[in-house]
Amino acid sequence: MRGARVARLFPESPSSNGRHDDGGRVNDFAFKVGTVNGTGSASANSLLLQSIFRMGIPVCGKNVFPSNIQGLPTWYEIRVSRDGWTARTPDFDLIVAMNPATHERDIAEVRSGGWLLHDSSWPLDAALLRDDVTFIGIPLGRMCVEAFSGGRERTLMKNIAYAGALAALLDIDLEVVKESIRAEFAKKPKLIDSNFRALHLGYDYAREHFACPLPIRLERMDATRGHVLLDGNTAAALGCLYAGATVGAWYPITPATSLMDAFGRFCARYRVDAETGERRYCIVQAEDELAAAGVVIGAGWAGARAFTPTAGPGISLMGEFIGLAYYTEIPAVFFDVQRTGPSTGMPTRTQQGDLLSVAYASHGDTKHVALFPSDPGECFRFAVEAFDLAERFQTPVFVVSDLDIGMNDWMIPALTWDDAYRPDRGEVVTAEQLAAMQRFSRYLDVDGDGVAARSLPGVHPRGAYFTRGSGHDKHAAYTEDADAYREVVDRLALKLATAAKAVPAPEIREREGAEMGIIALGGCHGAVLEAVERLAGEGIALDYMRIRAFPFDAPVEDFLRAHDRVFVVEQNRDGQLRSLLQLETGIAGDRLLSLRDYGGVPLSARAVVEGVMAQLAEVAA
Amino acid sequence: MTSIAKPPVRHPALEPNALGLTRRDYEGAMSTLCAGCGHDSVTAALVQTCHELDVEPHRVAKLSGIGCSSKTTAYFLKEAHGFNSVHGRMPAVATGVSAANRELAIVGVSGDGDSLSIGLGQLCHAIRRNVRMLYVLENNGVYGLTKGQFSASADVGSKAKKGEANRQKPIDPVLLALTLGATFVARSFSGDKTQLVPILKAGLRHQGFAFIDVISPCVTFNDHEGSTKSYASTRERHRELAPVDFIPLRREIQASYDPGGAMTVPMHDGSLVRFRKLAEDYDPTDRDAAYAHVKRHQEQGEVVTGLLYLEDDADDMHALNQTVAAPLYDLPYEQLCPGSAALTELMREFE
Ligand SMILES: Cc1ncc(C[n+]2csc(CCOP(=O)(O)OP(=O)(O)O)c2C)c(N)n1
Ligand code: SF4
Repeated sequence: MRGARVARLFPESPSSNGRHDDGGRVNDFAFKVGTVNGTGSASANSLLLQSIFRMGIPVCGKNVFPSNIQGLPTWYEIRVSRDGWTARTPDFDLIVAMNPATHERDIAEVRSGGWLLHDSSWPLDAALLRDDVTFIGIPLGRMCVEAFSGGRERTLMKNIAYAGALAALLDIDLEVVKESIRAEFAKKPKLIDSNFRALHLGYDYAREHFACPLPIRLERMDATRGHVLLDGNTAAALGCLYAGATVGAWYPITPATSLMDAFGRFCARYRVDAETGERRYCIVQAEDELAAAGVVIGAGWAGARAFTPTAGPGISLMGEFIGLAYYTEIPAVFFDVQRTGPSTGMPTRTQQGDLLSVAYASHGDTKHVALFPSDPGECFRFAVEAFDLAERFQTPVFVVSDLDIGMNDWMIPALTWDDAYRPDRGEVVTAEQLAAMQRFSRYLDVDGDGVAARSLPGVHPRGAYFTRGSGHDKHAAYTEDADAYREVVDRLALKLATAAKAVPAPEIREREGAEMGIIALGGCHGAVLEAVERLAGEGIALDYMRIRAFPFDAPVEDFLRAHDRVFVVEQNRDGQLRSLLQLETGIAGDRLLSLRDYGGVPLSARAVVEGVMAQLAEVAA
Repeated sequence: MTSIAKPPVRHPALEPNALGLTRRDYEGAMSTLCAGCGHDSVTAALVQTCHELDVEPHRVAKLSGIGCSSKTTAYFLKEAHGFNSVHGRMPAVATGVSAANRELAIVGVSGDGDSLSIGLGQLCHAIRRNVRMLYVLENNGVYGLTKGQFSASADVGSKAKKGEANRQKPIDPVLLALTLGATFVARSFSGDKTQLVPILKAGLRHQGFAFIDVISPCVTFNDHEGSTKSYASTRERHRELAPVDFIPLRREIQASYDPGGAMTVPMHDGSLVRFRKLAEDYDPTDRDAAYAHVKRHQEQGEVVTGLLYLEDDADDMHALNQTVAAPLYDLPYEQLCPGSAALTELMREFE
């Protein structure tokens, strides 16, 4: 497999020099803010993220939030990485502890030698104090009570005040922060003023009372030019827009909701006739996921590009319809923004728990095309690709992302578009072609690739056929005949085999001297990439393959066969990717070492490194 | 349903319609339903309806769920695109078809199991959305295809074939449709083509969700003594609300109706339904009165048939959505993709 298809989509990771020089760490640290859900901290946190990004410094933010509207603990984690690592890190140099309910946990989580910022309007429980942590008390609450009137404003401004304090402590360029505030409230100048005041409350207090900046600090760089901060659901929605999808149906579910919200916003902006107000799209908020799937299938049958965003529980409900679309060969695009299962699970936490249920969704022999984006950029590109594949192969196609990719802001190269793109509508017979035909047979494969041409309703009388989820032969006629039935389902298998060659190839990164391999997909990518680099530093060389689609094609199997031992990294309890690899390739299970992380938070490089080390120690012992 | 095609010989006596098509051209595959099944009479009425309305077969999408009733779509309009979907979920598929191509005439055929049990939610929401389609519910009070279980429309006291009596209250689809705000609500009887055909015609031309509950006896599982949806029982109890006729504008208006007792209801597309009241004060545009009327007669053990309610100027799904007039599936890609320049500009908002 050496020299096989090697795609290098990401910049080579630069070396990690500059970590832990004791004079301080510049642009390489992590901090998090613990607040109470519903107190308006989100805008302060995104202000911080954005300001660091606008200073030209690579950064990523992860929102760890509860499944409720108000009152429960929520955290926002920001990792500053001049090397451009995008994975979450659990090693916090600084924690802003705004939520008394989580003080104990927050204080315990600061790394030794780190800092804890708290609201000193109220005394901290002395029992929680640590000698190896520097406590920074700022009377945020008290200052805001004095400076602002009204409960809501005081609460909101407390957030901006801690952002101000962080600006001083971490050396975030105050002008950049102010510029972001100005842009945010361009239409509400009054709010600009109060935000500035709150910002200075925290900033000035910190400067007066503490040695600013801390040894962890920021310095302008030029590493974010040409990049954007974007979440996967927004990017996927843009993909639907650019692919020319016109019908979207859905039933609200975390973490997929923002995808349809964004699609609606973009359509309102780009697809409404300015004069008449007429819309070149139709969004149906269905009564449940079953209906959403039905609408998509109906629309796909009638020739529109249609999609539905959902999460695991929705996929479960859609099962029967997914099988129908597979068997009747109707294009349909499903976005599965995975969340933690089983059942309701933890709806606001991330997981890769739907791999098996998507690959084989529905009863009977079914198998589906699934694409696994690993960041918002790929959510955009794979969304477009999903529509092309769905129409080309006339089958359901799944874009499988997760809450981390879908709802968190990622730093990615700005999306671009090739105006030469035209949708691949697949084999659709035209009225002229139908007029020239003796007989149209809906499920007849003429060119041996498993794909039969379809006709659209309303186009020509000869194109009419009867679509049925019950047994049918190649002419679409009802059958209970064994051979006629087999002929159709065998062709479906062939069609999926053809599709396997058309889906995005795996991305393979080889490393000098590597004998073992490591495999991951989707949101694990950033952590694995970083871990592979760190492991190399420890003398453990791994070839890395990132799977980007199902069904698997030869390069996936080749990679497995080329390595005696392959780590399979994934975020679910049962090793679903590993099972899928075993099932589909027949590779011996003892060659696949499973590394699983499924607590609901995004994967860290540390977890991967430690997992690999532990398994190697076990093998050695 | 078999795929045995009927011989394409044209009977000289068959009259062609304005499109030059005979009734034969509106037929479908051979029915595989039990001989005498009410559903086949509905099929025949649909054939007549489409033939007489000069419907272009390939401009029709006929959709159904699962059940004996749902097989009906295979038995008419062989040159229309048919879709036998999954149990109870035809309304969603029809909604999607309508969203993608608003120029198709959509005919949905369902059963009482399909519509009132597993598909009750979908029926309700198709009504709420006012999807423009003709929705025929072939109501036999029983699950035919799975051999005789009670459906949600089985009356209290109605006996299953094996003798046990139903004790749960039925869901009356007509009352349901009226409650949910359906814009066209009718009831008829499969054995009464003179009434059914005009109602189907009006429903097909209605610019919204046209709901027709057709009592359609199951000869195999629900046509015995003790069943309240048997032929005998229905014939006995069914009370015609009014003789109905549908008069498309393209045809001469028939004058054979008694002008004194008749009421003409204009449809949104300009065609007219002539409607003759039995009761002097019956007004098909009064939803509450329609509800009360059906209810009152029901309490007397009577089935009211006829066009019960019509609201012809309500917005359908496309009007509510402000969708463009052209079918979405066919919009040129240039009208859908904002292009690279717009994306570059948009990206600045995320910097
Ligand atoms: C999900 C699912 N559950 C159960 C069935 C089995 N099933 C097939 S038809 C039917 C009942 C049909 O009854 P109705 O709609 O009243 O039609 P009829 O056969 O009486 O005309 C049932 C329960 C199915 N096809 N799908
Ligand atoms: S079982 Fe009943 S509903 Fe089904 S075809 Fe026979 S008579 Fe009709």
